[in-house]
Amino acid sequence: MTRALISQGPLPGQDPLPPVDMSTRLGDLELPSPVVTASGTAAAGRELDQFFDITSIGAVVTKSVMLQPRSGRPTPRMAETPSGMLNSIGLQGPGIDHFIEHDLTWLSERGARTIVSIAGGTVDEFSKLAARLRTVRGVAAIEVNISCPNVENRGLVFACETGSASDVVQAVKRHSDPRMPIFAKLSPDVTDIVSIAQAVVRAGATGVSVINTLLGMVINTDTMRPHLAGTTGGLSGPAIRPVAVRCVWDIRQAFPDLPIIGMGGIRNGNDALEFILAGANAVAAGTVIFHDPSSPMRIHNELQRALAGHGFSRLQDAIGYAHRPADPEPEPDDDFDFITE
Amino acid sequence: MAVQVRGEILDVRRSGAYHVLSLTAPGISEVTRPGHFVNLAIGGEESSMLLRRSFAVHQVQSRGVYGGTLDIVVSVKGNGTRWLADRRRHDAIDIVGPLGRPFVLPKERVNAVLVGGGYGSAPLFMLAEQLRERGCRVDVVVGAGTEEKLFGTLELKRLASTLTVTTDDGSLGERGLVTDVLPDVMDRVNADVVYACGPMPMLASVARIAEERKAYSQCAVEEAMACGIGVCMTCVLPVVGQDGITRMLRSCTEGPVFRGDRVRWSEIGTIPPDTLGAPVQGGH
Repeated sequence: MTRALISQGPLPGQDPLPPVDMSTRLGDLELPSPVVTASGTAAAGRELDQFFDITSIGAVVTKSVMLQPRSGRPTPRMAETPSGMLNSIGLQGPGIDHFIEHDLTWLSERGARTIVSIAGGTVDEFSKLAARLRTVRGVAAIEVNISCPNVENRGLVFACETGSASDVVQAVKRHSDPRMPIFAKLSPDVTDIVSIAQAVVRAGATGVSVINTLLGMVINTDTMRPHLAGTTGGLSGPAIRPVAVRCVWDIRQAFPDLPIIGMGGIRNGNDALEFILAGANAVAAGTVIFHDPSSPMRIHNELQRALAGHGFSRLQDAIGYAHRPADPEPEPDDDFDFITE
Repeated sequence: MAVQVRGEILDVRRSGAYHVLSLTAPGISEVTRPGHFVNLAIGGEESSMLLRRSFAVHQVQSRGVYGGTLDIVVSVKGNGTRWLADRRRHDAIDIVGPLGRPFVLPKERVNAVLVGGGYGSAPLFMLAEQLRERGCRVDVVVGAGTEEKLFGTLELKRLASTLTVTTDDGSLGERGLVTDVLPDVMDRVNADVVYACGPMPMLASVARIAEERKAYSQCAVEEAMACGIGVCMTCVLPVVGQDGITRMLRSCTEGPVFRGDRVRWSEIGTIPPDTLGAPVQGGH
């Protein structure tokens, strides 16, 4: 199979990767790499496998799947924004049965670790999805996309309220294999993301995926109407990175041991390191995939170099390192020469 | 099978209202067929423009001093295309391709009419050459708003049995739209198939005119894309499958070339109510 030159590890003349143990743990789930794909930016892995070996990254997080096939929203579904983009896809997808038969089977045969993202409009729909996934092999973990409108509660997004976020996670937990790791994907569009994290952890989530997109809007100044057919859309890309890092930081402060998958505008290995230092156990490449389809592998390699550059021999030692106590005041040094004019 | 390669700009030249870029694209140009497209990263490594820009491949040269090269035609519309037009010889460029489903070529010697709107004529050059190599008759119709917005008419004249030109303002050829003259051209050459690339309203008319004459049509659409490789789901349009069911298909991977009679042209930008998975009307 021919793959992109760019993704074939070190380029000619580049040093080989320094030895760093890049493995990470998300509860009982062990991953050989901390880099995964962000749900909705990698479909079900097949297209990206042209550009890099999808079995070499931590996991493929698949696009959120619903119980039934879904057409999604009308176009335009997308707008480029400064260092980011807005999307309003509306969860277009083939439904869980088609997904299991075609996508999950392919991912399993390919040997990829798969985290299946599920979405629903009611708590019952989430339960049914979890129950369906319980009957199949090849699911490494479930990510619960709670940034969906709750049909039974005026379309309010589950992720924005502790009660509904907790109801969904509890339902998924109850219908899944007790050993199945469950991650709740949190929305940053809340007053206090830590309280939502607390609610989903109490409801049985193994960990959290942080963050989903921020709600945004673009008005087309030619047509003088909203650019997206869905009026509003989710903002992603480097524009949201500081928001995402803050969310990871706050949740890590509150939960020293909670598995966190950090994401939001990661573009290179140094950005990934920022999330690791803030407390993420794993990181997801999202919108950057649209810019550079080889990026998950590239980010893995760049992160490995960045860790080695800071003297880390294990990724796990860097997780949350930015939370360490302040460095002690340096001892006064009598030999220090002030440079004076 | 697409690859991502680091190419190099060989040349940027003006052609009417457009810029033609020649790029080295090793591994891509050798396997590119008419109708394939490539997408390019814009603005360098720290670019604030994240989305790649997609372009139909205009020409390929698979051998030569530079190895595989290809040409694309750029219409400057915004900051991304402006950045591309400002590239200079030897600048590096990140290229992914070949992408999409190309034009389907006939097995028999048929009469083909090729229709290009504006720089939509770009992918028709390779197509015309390959159709002629198969012994097909090739007639070409191109149109644009003005003479300046036509692309490559001289070269097309060489490739086609006949070339018909239209402009909205009558600055070259006949005043009007390509679809005003297409019925006559098709009838005159007894066309079996129409290949078209251009704006959606033009493609919709081409598909209708072809269908009225019981001819096949192959239409290359231009939809806004974020990824170009099939993962983002932004470039969808309603297309009827062989099973009669309408699905929202991706222009980038299930297109950009669609059978004209399969696309629900007038409903692009909507979800037709009978689409698979469409929102249930009147539900609760």
